[in-house]
Amino acid sequence: MLRGLRQNGCRNQSGGESLEPLKPISPLARVALGIAFFVVFLGTWAWVTGSGLVQPLFLASPLRALSAGWSLFAEYNFIGDIGMTVWRVLGGFLIAAAIAVPLGLLMGAYKGIEAFFEPFISFARYLPASAFIPLLILWAGVGEAQKLAVIILGSVFQIVIMVAVIAGGTRMDLVEAAYTLGSRGRGILRRVIIPAAAPQVMEALRLVLGWAWTYVIVAELIGAQSGIGHMIMDSQRLLDTGQMIFGIVVIGVIGLVTDYLFKSLNRRLFRWTAL
Amino acid sequence: MNGLSIRGLTRSFPGQGRAAPTLALQPTDLDVRPGEFVSILGPSGCGKSTMLRIVAGLDRPTTGSIHWNGQSVTRPGRERGMVFQSYTLFPWLTVEQNIEFGPRERGASAAEARDIAATFIARTGLRGFERHWPRQLSGGMQQRTALARALANDPEILLLDEPFGALDHQTRELMQELLLEVWGADRPEQRKTVLFVTHDIDEAVFLANRVLVMSARPGRIKTELSVPLSYPRDWMVKTSPEFAAMKARLMSDIREEVRRAALG
Repeated sequence: MLRGLRQNGCRNQSGGESLEPLKPISPLARVALGIAFFVVFLGTWAWVTGSGLVQPLFLASPLRALSAGWSLFAEYNFIGDIGMTVWRVLGGFLIAAAIAVPLGLLMGAYKGIEAFFEPFISFARYLPASAFIPLLILWAGVGEAQKLAVIILGSVFQIVIMVAVIAGGTRMDLVEAAYTLGSRGRGILRRVIIPAAAPQVMEALRLVLGWAWTYVIVAELIGAQSGIGHMIMDSQRLLDTGQMIFGIVVIGVIGLVTDYLFKSLNRRLFRWTAL
Repeated sequence: MNGLSIRGLTRSFPGQGRAAPTLALQPTDLDVRPGEFVSILGPSGCGKSTMLRIVAGLDRPTTGSIHWNGQSVTRPGRERGMVFQSYTLFPWLTVEQNIEFGPRERGASAAEARDIAATFIARTGLRGFERHWPRQLSGGMQQRTALARALANDPEILLLDEPFGALDHQTRELMQELLLEVWGADRPEQRKTVLFVTHDIDEAVFLANRVLVMSARPGRIKTELSVPLSYPRDWMVKTSPEFAAMKARLMSDIREEVRRAALG
């Protein structure tokens, strides 16, 4: 298939190189190439496990992982674990966003507020959320509050800084235009800075939601009774690499789906950015 | 006193590091009567935009005073509307919503704002584009919208900072005629005061009843000429002998300043 695509590319252009920098490719070729890598990946995986190169104890074959997944759903109520994890991610993420977005907007808009918070938040965002887990268990136990706290701690400072930078970068000429149209202080914030920043803020949230997924799994690896991370931990005790791999793949698939949903939501909310 | 009154206005910008401050405007006096259309011509960097921004309240003078209708100008206000050279429509609002911005900001109801917008959409030839986003419009259409947006706020004075500077020649000439029309070339009693900054001599003469020439930086008003052409004007006046004479006079003035600016 690759060879066919390459030949096509050659014929379209004046017989020059088929791999020209920055030259667009057809949508069909894009999809085909994307799928091709998955095929290569799965093929390699099947080959190293099937040929005995790697022992099943360390790496299950793709088929073994799939059947482990089936039994997870059928026998171990894995859908409940998934629901638990999704709930934690969304809960923690929404709380973090509800705190961080308004604060970031205020910091971006008002330089005094920025000067007050910025140095501390720049420091705080380098504190690794996972390192807080033992402390959080001490404070909040091993319940839901602790899981949410890990995600909030991991996301909130990142969102604040990104939103503050976005809001602070509002085009000055738009702000000035609004002033000459009679806007004052709060009106500038409400009718210029916020709508101008909104699409990029949503993009930043999409990015941080991806990170929140990694924090939740870390939180669930330690002291949890449910969730995808907990299942992976349990499977390690049983040396069931098939289940572990299936769990990891499920996280990836959910991440991909939420990312896609987020993107299409942004496209619908901010049609003007796509013009 | 009614109209615009500028006395002893100067503006200097602080130097970088230990460099001496740059003087952008030498002490300047200017009076503009209500309903007058004044063009300010000058080489780039002469401080003409700085002066306009100070009148708008977007910049502060270093010394001197500005009064509009007897009120000291210290900050932007809706009685002083502005159109910028860069495209400053709000990209998240449609043409109609952009024009409604000012009325909504001063508390007009949605219906009122829509009525006002409809009037100026018609007057600036934007019918059929109400629901377009700014990014879907050509430069000329964007500046039409910007003009409509400024007018919809019913300002007493219009400050125009090279509003047609980025447009191609033909669009520019159309926009000049449109501007004279909405200014009220044929309705002297309804005319708004206009300060129009440009470096295009034809444009300055065609539009204004008074043309000021500014010197190279630091700027000062070097020449002041009134335009001996009556309104309404159409493009044909650009071929008249009076127009040519005026243009010749201004050209020699400007050339001298541009040369001085280029040689430092």
